[in-house]
Amino acid sequence: MTLPAWIPTIVEAIYFIAAVLFIWGLKRMSSPRTARTGIVWAGAGMAAAIIVTFFLPGMHNLDWMIAAIVVGVVLSWIVGRRVPMTAMPQMVALFNGMGGGAAAAIGAVELIKFNAALKLVPDTSPIQPEAWADVAGHLGTTELVLAFVGVLIGAVSFTGSLIAFAKLQGWMDRRFVFPLQRWVNLAIFAVAVVCGALALSAGIEGHAFAWGLLIGFIVLSLVFGVAMTLPIGGADMPVVISMYNAFTGLAVAFEGFVLQNEAMIIAGMVVGAAGTLLTQLMAKAMNRSLGNVLFGNFGGGGGAAQQEIAGALKPIDASDAAVMMAYAERVAIVPGYGMAVAQAQHKIWEFAKLLIERGVKVKFAIHPVAGRMPGHMNVLLAEAGVPYDLIEDMDDINPEFPNTDVALVIGANDVVNPVARTDKNSPIYGMPILDVARAKNVIVIKRGRGKGFAGIENALFYADNTRMLYGDGQAAASELVAGLKTLDA
Amino acid sequence: MITGFLALYIFMLAAFTGYEIISRVPVILHTPLMSGSNFVHGIVLVGAMVALGHAETPIEIAIGVVAVLLAAGNVAGGYVVTERMLEMFKTSRPASPQPAEKKQ
Repeated sequence: MTLPAWIPTIVEAIYFIAAVLFIWGLKRMSSPRTARTGIVWAGAGMAAAIIVTFFLPGMHNLDWMIAAIVVGVVLSWIVGRRVPMTAMPQMVALFNGMGGGAAAAIGAVELIKFNAALKLVPDTSPIQPEAWADVAGHLGTTELVLAFVGVLIGAVSFTGSLIAFAKLQGWMDRRFVFPLQRWVNLAIFAVAVVCGALALSAGIEGHAFAWGLLIGFIVLSLVFGVAMTLPIGGADMPVVISMYNAFTGLAVAFEGFVLQNEAMIIAGMVVGAAGTLLTQLMAKAMNRSLGNVLFGNFGGGGGAAQQEIAGALKPIDASDAAVMMAYAERVAIVPGYGMAVAQAQHKIWEFAKLLIERGVKVKFAIHPVAGRMPGHMNVLLAEAGVPYDLIEDMDDINPEFPNTDVALVIGANDVVNPVARTDKNSPIYGMPILDVARAKNVIVIKRGRGKGFAGIENALFYADNTRMLYGDGQAAASELVAGLKTLDA
Repeated sequence: MITGFLALYIFMLAAFTGYEIISRVPVILHTPLMSGSNFVHGIVLVGAMVALGHAETPIEIAIGVVAVLLAAGNVAGGYVVTERMLEMFKTSRPASPQPAEKKQ
Protein backbone atom coordinates (compact mmCIF):
# COMPACT_ATOMS: atom_id res chain seq x y z
CA MET A 1 0.00 0.00 0.00
CA THR A 2 1.56 3.31 -0.98
CA LEU A 3 0.29 6.29 0.89
CA PRO A 4 1.21 9.95 0.49
CA ALA A 5 4.11 11.11 2.65
CA TRP A 6 1.96 13.60 4.56
CA ILE A 7 -0.26 10.90 6.05
CA PRO A 8 1.89 10.32 9.18
CA THR A 9 1.75 14.05 9.93
CA ILE A 10 -2.03 14.03 9.72
CA VAL A 11 -2.09 11.00 12.00
CA GLU A 12 0.14 12.78 14.51
CA ALA A 13 -2.12 15.84 14.37
CA ILE A 14 -5.22 13.73 15.01
CA TYR A 15 -3.49 12.04 17.97
CA PHE A 16 -2.76 15.48 19.36
CA ILE A 17 -6.38 16.54 18.97
CA ALA A 18 -7.48 13.27 20.56
CA ALA A 19 -5.26 13.94 23.58
CA VAL A 20 -6.77 17.41 23.92
CA LEU A 21 -10.28 15.99 23.66
CA PHE A 22 -9.57 13.37 26.34
CA ILE A 23 -8.45 16.00 28.81
CA TRP A 24 -11.31 18.31 27.84
CA GLY A 25 -13.77 15.43 28.16
CA LEU A 26 -12.51 14.42 31.59
CA LYS A 27 -12.64 18.03 32.67
CA ARG A 28 -16.28 18.27 31.64
CA MET A 29 -17.00 14.98 33.37
CA SER A 30 -15.88 16.53 36.63
CA SER A 31 -18.99 18.73 36.89
CA PRO A 32 -22.56 17.37 36.99
CA ARG A 33 -23.79 20.01 34.57
CA THR A 34 -21.38 19.22 31.78
CA ALA A 35 -20.65 15.58 32.53
CA ARG A 36 -22.85 14.11 29.83
CA THR A 37 -21.17 15.95 27.00
CA GLY A 38 -17.75 15.11 28.44
CA ILE A 39 -17.93 11.46 27.48
CA VAL A 40 -19.09 12.42 23.98
CA TRP A 41 -16.06 14.67 23.42
CA ALA A 42 -13.70 11.99 24.70
CA GLY A 43 -15.49 9.43 22.54
CA ALA A 44 -15.06 11.61 19.44
CA GLY A 45 -11.33 11.88 20.14
CA MET A 46 -11.10 8.13 20.59
CA ALA A 47 -12.95 7.36 17.36
CA ALA A 48 -10.73 9.73 15.37
CA ALA A 49 -7.54 8.29 16.88
CA ILE A 50 -8.60 4.73 16.10
CA ILE A 51 -9.61 5.48 12.52
CA VAL A 52 -6.40 7.29 11.57
CA THR A 53 -4.30 4.49 13.05
CA PHE A 54 -5.35 2.30 10.11
CA PHE A 55 -3.53 4.72 7.83
CA LEU A 56 -0.17 4.54 9.56
CA PRO A 57 2.55 3.36 7.18
CA GLY A 58 3.50 -0.31 7.15
CA MET A 59 0.42 -1.70 8.87
CA HIS A 60 -0.18 -5.41 8.26
CA ASN A 61 -2.65 -7.99 9.47
CA LEU A 62 -5.53 -5.61 8.79
CA ASP A 63 -7.97 -8.50 8.39
CA TRP A 64 -7.16 -9.83 11.84
CA MET A 65 -7.21 -6.33 13.25
CA ILE A 66 -10.66 -5.46 11.96
CA ALA A 67 -12.04 -8.83 13.03
CA ALA A 68 -10.65 -8.43 16.56
CA ILE A 69 -11.98 -4.88 16.85
CA VAL A 70 -15.45 -5.84 15.64
CA VAL A 71 -15.65 -8.83 17.99
CA GLY A 72 -14.30 -6.88 20.97
CA VAL A 73 -16.52 -3.86 20.40
CA VAL A 74 -19.72 -5.78 19.73
CA LEU A 75 -19.32 -8.13 22.70
CA SER A 76 -18.58 -5.45 25.26
CA TRP A 77 -21.16 -3.10 23.78
CA ILE A 78 -23.84 -5.73 24.28
CA VAL A 79 -22.64 -6.65 27.76
CA GLY A 80 -22.28 -3.01 28.76
CA ARG A 81 -25.80 -2.21 27.53
CA ARG A 82 -27.48 -5.18 29.13
CA VAL A 83 -26.07 -5.28 32.66
CA PRO A 84 -28.24 -3.71 35.37
CA MET A 85 -27.02 -0.48 36.94
CA THR A 86 -26.20 -2.34 40.13
CA ALA A 87 -23.54 -4.31 38.29
CA MET A 88 -21.72 -1.23 37.02
CA PRO A 89 -18.79 -1.45 39.46
CA GLN A 90 -17.78 -4.91 38.31
CA MET A 91 -18.22 -3.81 34.69
CA VAL A 92 -15.69 -1.04 35.25
CA ALA A 93 -13.37 -3.65 36.78
CA LEU A 94 -13.83 -5.99 33.84
CA PHE A 95 -13.22 -3.40 31.12
CA ASN A 96 -10.33 -1.94 33.05
CA GLY A 97 -8.74 -5.38 33.29
CA MET A 98 -9.07 -5.78 29.53
CA GLY A 99 -7.18 -2.52 29.02
CA GLY A 100 -4.43 -3.67 31.37
CA GLY A 101 -4.20 -6.98 29.54
CA ALA A 102 -3.95 -5.17 26.22
CA ALA A 103 -1.11 -2.98 27.51
CA ALA A 104 0.75 -6.03 28.79
CA ALA A 105 0.22 -7.82 25.49
CA ILE A 106 1.63 -4.85 23.56
CA GLY A 107 4.73 -4.96 25.74
CA ALA A 108 5.01 -8.69 25.21
CA VAL A 109 4.84 -8.33 21.41
CA GLU A 110 7.51 -5.62 21.41
CA LEU A 111 9.81 -7.62 23.70
CA ILE A 112 9.37 -10.77 21.63
CA LYS A 113 10.18 -8.85 18.47
CA PHE A 114 13.23 -7.30 20.11
CA ASN A 115 14.56 -10.60 21.43
CA ALA A 116 13.87 -12.45 18.21
CA ALA A 117 15.96 -9.87 16.35
CA LEU A 118 18.80 -10.28 18.84
CA LYS A 119 18.63 -14.06 18.54
CA LEU A 120 19.52 -13.75 14.86
CA VAL A 121 22.82 -12.16 15.79
CA PRO A 122 25.60 -14.63 16.70
CA ASP A 123 25.76 -14.71 20.47
CA THR A 124 29.52 -15.14 20.78
CA SER A 125 30.16 -11.45 21.27
CA PRO A 126 27.79 -8.66 22.19
CA ILE A 127 27.11 -6.53 19.16
CA GLN A 128 28.28 -2.99 19.24
CA PRO A 129 25.59 -0.46 20.14
CA GLU A 130 26.06 1.33 16.81
CA ALA A 131 25.40 -1.88 14.95
CA TRP A 132 22.44 -3.16 16.92
CA ALA A 133 20.66 0.14 16.90
CA ASP A 134 19.77 -0.86 13.35
CA VAL A 135 18.42 -4.25 14.35
CA ALA A 136 14.73 -4.51 13.51
CA GLY A 137 12.53 -4.07 16.56
CA HIS A 138 15.32 -2.33 18.40
CA LEU A 139 14.46 -0.75 21.73
CA GLY A 140 16.70 1.69 23.58
CA THR A 141 17.43 1.31 27.27
CA THR A 142 14.56 3.51 28.45
CA GLU A 143 12.10 1.80 26.12
CA LEU A 144 13.25 -1.61 27.32
CA VAL A 145 12.87 -0.70 30.98
CA LEU A 146 9.43 0.82 30.43
CA ALA A 147 8.35 -2.12 28.28
CA PHE A 148 9.12 -4.50 31.15
CA VAL A 149 7.55 -2.29 33.80
CA GLY A 150 4.50 -1.77 31.60
CA VAL A 151 4.08 -5.52 31.14
CA LEU A 152 4.34 -6.08 34.90
CA ILE A 153 1.82 -3.38 35.81
CA GLY A 154 -0.53 -4.21 32.96
CA ALA A 155 -0.50 -7.93 33.77
CA VAL A 156 -1.17 -7.31 37.47
CA SER A 157 -4.01 -4.97 36.56
CA PHE A 158 -5.40 -7.56 34.13
CA THR A 159 -5.67 -10.53 36.46
CA GLY A 160 -6.26 -8.40 39.55
CA SER A 161 -9.23 -6.67 37.91
CA LEU A 162 -10.66 -10.00 36.77
CA ILE A 163 -10.52 -11.28 40.35
CA ALA A 164 -12.17 -8.06 41.54
CA PHE A 165 -14.84 -8.57 38.89
CA ALA A 166 -15.41 -12.17 39.97
CA LYS A 167 -15.69 -11.15 43.61
CA LEU A 168 -18.18 -8.37 42.99
CA GLN A 169 -20.16 -10.58 40.66
CA GLY A 170 -20.43 -13.05 43.53
CA TRP A 171 -18.56 -15.81 41.72
CA MET A 172 -15.94 -16.08 44.38
CA ASP A 173 -15.63 -16.37 48.11
CA ARG A 174 -15.18 -13.11 49.89
CA ARG A 175 -11.63 -13.71 50.93
CA PHE A 176 -8.99 -16.29 50.36
CA VAL A 177 -6.48 -16.27 53.16
CA PHE A 178 -3.77 -18.74 54.20
CA PRO A 179 -0.80 -18.55 56.56
CA LEU A 180 2.30 -16.72 55.36
CA GLN A 181 0.30 -15.43 52.41
CA ARG A 182 2.08 -12.12 52.45
CA TRP A 183 5.44 -13.83 52.14
CA VAL A 184 4.24 -16.13 49.38
CA ASN A 185 2.96 -13.10 47.47
CA LEU A 186 6.20 -11.28 48.06
CA ALA A 187 8.14 -14.29 46.79
CA ILE A 188 6.04 -14.45 43.61
CA PHE A 189 6.64 -10.76 43.02
CA ALA A 190 10.37 -11.05 43.73
CA VAL A 191 10.87 -13.97 41.34
CA ALA A 192 8.91 -12.12 38.64
CA VAL A 193 11.11 -9.07 39.09
CA VAL A 194 14.29 -11.17 39.03
CA CYS A 195 13.22 -12.87 35.79
CA GLY A 196 12.43 -9.49 34.29
CA ALA A 197 15.64 -7.89 35.51
CA LEU A 198 17.82 -10.71 34.13
CA ALA A 199 16.17 -10.49 30.73
CA LEU A 200 16.32 -6.72 30.85
CA SER A 201 20.01 -6.49 31.70
CA ALA A 202 20.86 -8.95 28.93
CA GLY A 203 18.76 -6.97 26.49
CA ILE A 204 20.37 -3.68 27.40
CA GLU A 205 23.80 -5.15 26.70
CA GLY A 206 22.71 -6.49 23.37
CA HIS A 207 22.50 -10.18 24.29
CA ALA A 208 19.45 -12.21 23.49
CA PHE A 209 17.82 -13.56 26.65
CA ALA A 210 16.29 -16.98 27.22
CA TRP A 211 12.61 -17.15 26.29
CA GLY A 212 12.00 -18.83 29.64
CA LEU A 213 12.89 -15.61 31.44
CA LEU A 214 10.32 -13.59 29.50
CA ILE A 215 7.65 -16.27 29.86
CA GLY A 216 8.39 -16.64 33.57
CA PHE A 217 8.22 -12.88 34.00
CA ILE A 218 4.85 -12.57 32.28
CA VAL A 219 3.28 -15.63 33.91
CA LEU A 220 4.45 -14.66 37.39
CA SER A 221 3.20 -11.12 36.90
CA LEU A 222 -0.21 -12.51 36.00
CA VAL A 223 -0.13 -14.84 39.01
CA PHE A 224 0.88 -11.99 41.27
CA GLY A 225 -2.17 -9.98 40.21
CA VAL A 226 -4.38 -12.88 41.30
CA ALA A 227 -2.47 -13.52 44.53
CA MET A 228 -2.51 -9.88 45.50
CA THR A 229 -6.26 -9.49 45.03
CA LEU A 230 -7.47 -12.76 46.55
CA PRO A 231 -7.04 -11.84 50.23
CA ILE A 232 -8.77 -8.46 49.86
CA GLY A 233 -12.30 -8.34 51.17
CA GLY A 234 -15.21 -7.29 49.00
CA ALA A 235 -15.81 -4.12 50.99
CA ASP A 236 -12.42 -2.84 49.85
CA MET A 237 -12.97 -3.60 46.18
CA PRO A 238 -13.80 0.00 45.17
CA VAL A 239 -10.37 1.12 46.29
CA VAL A 240 -8.75 -1.81 44.56
CA ILE A 241 -10.59 -1.22 41.28
CA SER A 242 -9.63 2.42 41.32
CA MET A 243 -6.02 1.45 41.93
CA TYR A 244 -6.01 -1.01 39.03
CA ASN A 245 -7.56 1.71 36.91
CA ALA A 246 -4.55 3.88 37.70
CA PHE A 247 -2.26 0.90 37.04
CA THR A 248 -3.71 0.39 33.59
CA GLY A 249 -3.25 4.08 32.88
CA LEU A 250 0.43 3.86 33.81
CA ALA A 251 0.95 0.67 31.81
CA VAL A 252 -0.65 2.36 28.79
CA ALA A 253 1.60 5.40 29.20
CA PHE A 254 4.73 3.25 29.45
CA GLU A 255 3.87 1.09 26.46
CA GLY A 256 2.99 4.33 24.66
CA PHE A 257 6.56 5.43 25.19
CA VAL A 258 7.82 2.10 23.84
CA LEU A 259 5.72 2.64 20.71
CA GLN A 260 6.56 6.36 20.62
CA ASN A 261 2.85 7.18 20.64
CA GLU A 262 2.14 10.53 22.28
CA ALA A 263 -1.61 10.06 22.58
CA MET A 264 -1.06 6.91 24.63
CA ILE A 265 1.54 8.57 26.82
CA ILE A 266 -0.65 11.54 27.65
CA ALA A 267 -3.97 9.73 28.04
CA GLY A 268 -2.35 6.95 30.06
CA MET A 269 -0.52 9.31 32.35
CA VAL A 270 -3.56 11.51 32.95
CA VAL A 271 -5.55 8.43 33.94
CA GLY A 272 -2.65 7.14 36.02
CA ALA A 273 -2.48 10.36 38.03
CA ALA A 274 -6.23 10.88 38.26
CA GLY A 275 -6.73 7.26 39.28
CA THR A 276 -4.06 7.49 41.96
CA LEU A 277 -5.71 10.53 43.50
CA LEU A 278 -9.15 8.95 43.30
CA THR A 279 -7.78 5.85 45.03
CA GLN A 280 -6.39 7.97 47.84
CA LEU A 281 -9.68 9.83 48.23
CA MET A 282 -11.50 6.53 48.55
CA ALA A 283 -9.06 5.03 51.00
CA LYS A 284 -9.29 8.23 53.03
CA ALA A 285 -13.06 8.02 53.07
CA MET A 286 -12.68 4.65 54.76
CA ASN A 287 -10.02 6.03 57.07
CA ARG A 288 -7.51 3.51 55.89
CA SER A 289 -4.21 3.77 54.16
CA LEU A 290 -3.81 2.08 50.82
CA GLY A 291 -1.21 -0.21 52.36
CA ASN A 292 -3.74 -1.25 54.95
CA VAL A 293 -6.28 -2.09 52.27
CA LEU A 294 -3.79 -4.10 50.24
CA PHE A 295 -1.85 -5.87 52.97
CA GLY A 296 -4.09 -5.54 56.00
CA ASN A 297 -5.99 -8.78 55.34
CA PHE A 298 -9.10 -7.04 56.62
CA GLY A 299 -10.42 -8.89 59.63
CA GLY A 300 -7.93 -11.68 59.06
CA GLY A 301 -5.66 -10.71 61.95
CA GLY A 302 -8.26 -11.77 64.48
CA GLY A 303 -6.43 -10.54 67.57
CA ALA A 304 -8.62 -9.59 70.52
CA ALA A 305 -12.25 -10.57 70.46
CA GLN A 306 -14.74 -7.91 69.48
CA GLN A 307 -16.99 -6.48 72.15
CA GLU A 308 -20.25 -8.25 72.76
CA ILE A 309 -23.27 -6.22 71.77
CA ALA A 310 -26.03 -5.97 74.35
CA GLY A 311 -29.71 -5.53 73.54
CA ALA A 312 -32.21 -7.18 71.25
CA LEU A 313 -33.47 -6.67 67.72
CA LYS A 314 -36.87 -4.97 67.84
CA PRO A 315 -39.04 -5.46 64.76
CA ILE A 316 -41.61 -2.96 63.44
CA ASP A 317 -44.47 -3.17 60.93
CA ALA A 318 -44.29 -1.27 57.67
CA SER A 319 -47.53 0.58 58.46
CA ASP A 320 -46.24 1.69 61.87
CA ALA A 321 -43.00 2.80 60.30
CA ALA A 322 -44.90 4.75 57.63
CA VAL A 323 -46.97 6.54 60.28
CA MET A 324 -43.86 7.34 62.27
CA MET A 325 -42.28 9.06 59.30
CA ALA A 326 -45.49 10.70 58.11
CA TYR A 327 -45.68 12.67 61.35
CA ALA A 328 -41.97 13.37 61.58
CA GLU A 329 -40.51 16.75 60.81
CA ARG A 330 -37.19 15.61 59.43
CA VAL A 331 -36.41 12.27 57.83
CA ALA A 332 -33.01 11.17 56.59
CA ILE A 333 -32.85 8.24 54.21
CA VAL A 334 -29.59 6.32 54.29
CA PRO A 335 -29.21 3.97 51.33
CA GLY A 336 -26.63 1.25 50.99
CA TYR A 337 -25.78 -1.67 48.76
CA GLY A 338 -28.94 -3.49 49.87
CA MET A 339 -31.02 -0.84 48.11
CA ALA A 340 -29.01 -1.39 44.95
CA VAL A 341 -29.46 -5.15 45.08
CA ALA A 342 -33.20 -4.84 45.66
CA GLN A 343 -33.49 -2.14 42.96
CA ALA A 344 -35.52 -0.26 45.56
CA GLN A 345 -34.39 3.26 44.58
CA HIS A 346 -37.55 4.03 42.58
CA LYS A 347 -39.91 2.91 45.34
CA ILE A 348 -37.89 4.75 47.95
CA TRP A 349 -38.06 7.95 45.93
CA GLU A 350 -41.82 7.46 45.48
CA PHE A 351 -42.09 7.12 49.25
CA ALA A 352 -39.89 10.18 49.81
CA LYS A 353 -42.05 12.23 47.41
CA LEU A 354 -45.17 11.33 49.38
CA LEU A 355 -43.44 12.42 52.57
CA ILE A 356 -42.37 15.69 50.94
CA GLU A 357 -45.98 16.33 49.88
CA ARG A 358 -46.97 15.97 53.51
CA GLY A 359 -44.43 18.64 54.42
CA VAL A 360 -41.78 16.37 55.83
CA LYS A 361 -38.22 17.54 55.20
CA VAL A 362 -36.53 14.59 53.53
CA LYS A 363 -32.84 14.23 52.83
CA PHE A 364 -30.73 11.43 51.47
CA ALA A 365 -27.51 10.80 53.38
CA ILE A 366 -24.75 9.24 51.35
CA HIS A 367 -21.65 7.71 52.81
CA PRO A 368 -18.67 8.12 50.48
CA VAL A 369 -18.18 4.39 50.18
CA ALA A 370 -21.80 3.25 50.41
CA GLY A 371 -22.42 0.58 47.84
CA ARG A 372 -19.55 -0.89 45.95
CA MET A 373 -18.02 2.33 44.66
CA PRO A 374 -17.84 5.95 45.71
CA GLY A 375 -20.83 7.68 44.22
CA HIS A 376 -22.57 4.36 43.56
CA MET A 377 -25.63 5.48 45.54
CA ASN A 378 -25.66 8.89 43.87
CA VAL A 379 -25.82 7.20 40.49
CA LEU A 380 -28.72 4.98 41.55
CA LEU A 381 -30.65 7.82 43.15
CA ALA A 382 -30.06 9.92 40.06
CA GLU A 383 -31.45 7.05 38.02
CA ALA A 384 -34.60 7.12 40.14
CA GLY A 385 -34.91 10.88 39.57
CA VAL A 386 -33.91 12.18 42.99
CA PRO A 387 -32.72 15.78 42.52
CA TYR A 388 -29.23 16.26 43.79
CA ASP A 389 -30.04 19.07 46.17
CA LEU A 390 -31.75 16.47 48.37
CA ILE A 391 -28.60 14.38 48.48
CA GLU A 392 -26.14 15.19 51.25
CA ASP A 393 -22.58 14.03 51.78
CA MET A 394 -21.51 12.52 55.07
CA ASP A 395 -19.77 15.63 56.39
CA ASP A 396 -22.79 17.82 55.68
CA ILE A 397 -25.46 15.58 57.15
CA ASN A 398 -23.68 14.19 60.21
CA PRO A 399 -24.26 17.30 62.37
CA GLU A 400 -27.97 17.15 61.44
CA PHE A 401 -28.68 13.66 62.76
CA PRO A 402 -29.41 14.75 66.37
CA ASN A 403 -32.21 16.94 64.92
CA THR A 404 -33.51 14.21 62.68
CA ASP A 405 -36.70 12.52 63.83
CA VAL A 406 -36.38 9.38 61.80
CA ALA A 407 -33.39 7.94 60.01
CA LEU A 408 -34.47 5.32 57.49
CA VAL A 409 -31.59 2.96 56.75
CA ILE A 410 -32.17 0.84 53.69
CA GLY A 411 -29.59 -1.80 52.93
CA ALA A 412 -26.69 0.05 54.53
CA ASN A 413 -24.77 -1.70 57.27
CA ASP A 414 -21.08 -1.16 57.89
CA VAL A 415 -21.22 2.55 57.02
CA VAL A 416 -23.70 3.19 59.85
CA ASN A 417 -22.15 0.86 62.41
CA PRO A 418 -21.32 2.83 65.60
CA VAL A 419 -18.80 0.12 66.46
CA ALA A 420 -16.44 1.96 64.12
CA ARG A 421 -16.29 4.68 66.73
CA THR A 422 -16.49 2.68 69.95
CA ASP A 423 -14.78 -0.68 69.60
CA LYS A 424 -11.00 -0.54 69.13
CA ASN A 425 -10.90 -4.23 68.32
CA SER A 426 -13.32 -3.99 65.46
CA PRO A 427 -11.78 -4.26 61.99
CA ILE A 428 -13.69 -1.16 60.93
CA TYR A 429 -12.56 0.86 63.95
CA GLY A 430 -11.74 4.41 62.87
CA MET A 431 -13.75 4.35 59.66
CA PRO A 432 -15.85 7.52 59.43
CA ILE A 433 -19.51 6.59 59.61
CA LEU A 434 -22.86 8.26 59.21
CA ASP A 435 -24.03 9.22 62.69
CA VAL A 436 -27.39 7.53 62.23
CA ALA A 437 -27.37 6.25 65.81
CA ARG A 438 -27.79 9.86 67.01
CA ALA A 439 -31.12 10.33 65.25
CA LYS A 440 -34.16 10.25 67.51
CA ASN A 441 -35.51 7.14 65.85
CA VAL A 442 -33.92 4.71 63.46
CA ILE A 443 -35.71 2.33 61.14
CA VAL A 444 -33.59 -0.27 59.42
CA ILE A 445 -34.91 -2.06 56.36
CA LYS A 446 -33.05 -5.33 56.14
CA ARG A 447 -33.60 -8.61 54.39
CA GLY A 448 -32.53 -10.84 57.25
CA ARG A 449 -30.40 -10.97 60.31
CA GLY A 450 -27.12 -11.47 58.42
CA LYS A 451 -24.02 -9.40 58.93
CA GLY A 452 -22.73 -6.73 56.58
CA PHE A 453 -20.20 -7.18 53.84
CA ALA A 454 -17.35 -6.83 56.30
CA GLY A 455 -18.86 -9.61 58.42
CA ILE A 456 -19.22 -7.48 61.52
CA GLU A 457 -22.11 -7.36 63.97
CA ASN A 458 -23.87 -3.98 63.83
CA ALA A 459 -24.49 -2.31 67.19
CA LEU A 460 -26.95 0.12 65.60
CA PHE A 461 -29.48 -2.66 65.05
CA TYR A 462 -29.54 -3.40 68.78
CA ALA A 463 -29.86 0.21 69.93
CA ASP A 464 -32.90 1.26 72.01
CA ASN A 465 -34.14 3.72 69.40
CA THR A 466 -33.79 1.31 66.48
CA ARG A 467 -36.61 -0.69 64.92
CA MET A 468 -36.03 -3.40 62.34
CA LEU A 469 -38.28 -3.56 59.29
CA TYR A 470 -37.55 -6.98 57.84
CA GLY A 471 -38.04 -7.61 54.16
CA ASP A 472 -36.62 -7.20 50.71
CA GLY A 473 -35.82 -3.52 50.09
CA GLN A 474 -38.29 -3.09 47.27
CA ALA A 475 -41.12 -4.95 49.01
CA ALA A 476 -40.56 -3.01 52.22
CA ALA A 477 -40.53 0.29 50.34
CA SER A 478 -43.79 -0.64 48.58
CA GLU A 479 -45.37 -1.43 51.93
CA LEU A 480 -44.22 1.93 53.27
CA VAL A 481 -45.81 3.67 50.25
CA ALA A 482 -49.03 1.71 50.81
CA GLY A 483 -48.91 2.61 54.51
CA LEU A 484 -48.74 6.32 53.67
CA LYS A 485 -51.54 6.07 51.13
CA THR A 486 -53.92 4.46 53.65
CA LEU A 487 -53.27 7.41 55.96
CA ASP A 488 -54.63 9.79 53.35
CA ALA A 489 -57.52 7.56 52.35
CA MET B 1 11.34 10.82 18.49
CA ILE B 2 10.66 11.29 22.17
CA THR B 3 13.78 10.97 24.25
CA GLY B 4 14.24 10.43 27.97
CA PHE B 5 13.86 13.92 29.38
CA LEU B 6 11.21 15.06 26.96
CA ALA B 7 9.21 12.01 27.96
CA LEU B 8 9.76 12.86 31.60
CA TYR B 9 8.34 16.34 30.99
CA ILE B 10 5.32 14.89 29.20
CA PHE B 11 4.79 12.39 32.02
CA MET B 12 5.05 15.16 34.61
CA LEU B 13 2.66 17.56 32.89
CA ALA B 14 0.12 14.86 32.13
CA ALA B 15 0.28 13.67 35.73
CA PHE B 16 -0.44 17.16 37.04
CA THR B 17 -3.30 17.52 34.60
CA GLY B 18 -4.87 14.30 35.80
CA TYR B 19 -4.39 15.28 39.42
CA GLU B 20 -5.97 18.70 38.86
CA ILE B 21 -8.98 17.31 37.04
CA ILE B 22 -9.86 14.94 39.85
CA SER B 23 -9.11 17.13 42.82
CA ARG B 24 -12.20 19.32 42.29
CA VAL B 25 -14.71 16.57 41.64
CA PRO B 26 -17.81 16.18 43.83
CA VAL B 27 -18.34 12.69 45.28
CA ILE B 28 -21.45 12.31 43.16
CA LEU B 29 -19.28 12.02 40.06
CA HIS B 30 -16.59 9.72 41.39
CA THR B 31 -18.00 6.56 39.89
CA PRO B 32 -18.78 8.04 36.46
CA LEU B 33 -15.38 9.68 36.40
CA MET B 34 -13.59 6.47 37.28
CA SER B 35 -15.53 4.88 34.48
CA GLY B 36 -14.69 7.78 32.18
CA SER B 37 -10.98 7.53 32.86
CA ASN B 38 -11.35 3.79 32.33
CA PHE B 39 -12.64 4.65 28.86
CA VAL B 40 -9.82 7.10 28.19
CA HIS B 41 -7.10 4.53 28.76
CA GLY B 42 -8.85 2.57 26.05
CA ILE B 43 -6.49 4.54 23.80
CA VAL B 44 -4.39 1.43 24.35
CA LEU B 45 -6.33 0.15 21.32
CA VAL B 46 -4.24 2.43 19.12
CA GLY B 47 -1.08 0.87 20.53
CA ALA B 48 -2.49 -2.61 20.17
CA MET B 49 -3.27 -1.89 16.51
CA VAL B 50 0.28 -0.66 15.93
CA ALA B 51 1.72 -3.73 17.65
CA LEU B 52 -0.48 -6.08 15.61
CA GLY B 53 0.11 -4.06 12.44
CA HIS B 54 3.83 -4.69 12.70
CA ALA B 55 3.65 -8.25 14.01
CA GLU B 56 5.30 -10.86 11.77
CA THR B 57 5.57 -14.27 13.38
CA PRO B 58 2.44 -16.27 14.27
CA ILE B 59 3.07 -15.85 18.00
CA GLU B 60 3.38 -12.07 17.64
CA ILE B 61 0.21 -11.96 15.57
CA ALA B 62 -1.62 -14.13 18.10
CA ILE B 63 -0.65 -11.92 21.03
CA GLY B 64 -1.35 -8.84 18.93
CA VAL B 65 -4.86 -10.07 18.15
CA VAL B 66 -5.45 -10.69 21.86
CA ALA B 67 -4.23 -7.15 22.58
CA VAL B 68 -6.56 -5.61 19.98
CA LEU B 69 -9.50 -7.71 21.17
CA LEU B 70 -9.01 -6.75 24.82
CA ALA B 71 -8.39 -3.10 24.01
CA ALA B 72 -11.47 -2.90 21.77
CA GLY B 73 -13.47 -4.31 24.67
CA ASN B 74 -12.02 -1.67 26.97
CA VAL B 75 -12.98 1.13 24.59
CA ALA B 76 -16.53 0.02 23.80
CA GLY B 77 -17.37 -1.19 27.29
CA GLY B 78 -15.87 1.87 28.92
CA TYR B 79 -17.88 4.16 26.69
CA VAL B 80 -21.21 2.40 27.10
CA VAL B 81 -20.94 2.10 30.87
CA THR B 82 -19.88 5.73 31.34
CA GLU B 83 -22.55 6.99 28.98
CA ARG B 84 -25.24 4.99 30.78
CA MET B 85 -24.17 6.36 34.15
CA LEU B 86 -24.05 9.95 32.96
CA GLU B 87 -27.34 9.62 31.09
CA MET B 88 -29.08 9.36 34.44
CA PHE B 89 -27.93 12.79 35.50
CA LYS B 90 -30.14 14.16 32.77
CA THR B 91 -33.36 12.95 34.40
CA SER B 92 -32.83 14.92 37.59
CA ARG B 93 -32.69 18.23 35.72
CA PRO B 94 -35.33 19.34 33.24
CA ALA B 95 -37.01 16.09 32.21
CA SER B 96 -38.84 14.97 35.35
CA PRO B 97 -41.53 17.34 36.58
CA GLN B 98 -41.34 16.91 40.36
CA PRO B 99 -37.74 17.98 40.93
CA ALA B 100 -38.19 20.91 38.55
CA GLU B 101 -40.18 22.91 41.05
CA LYS B 102 -37.49 22.34 43.63
CA LYS B 103 -34.93 24.12 41.46
CA GLN B 104 -34.63 27.81 41.82
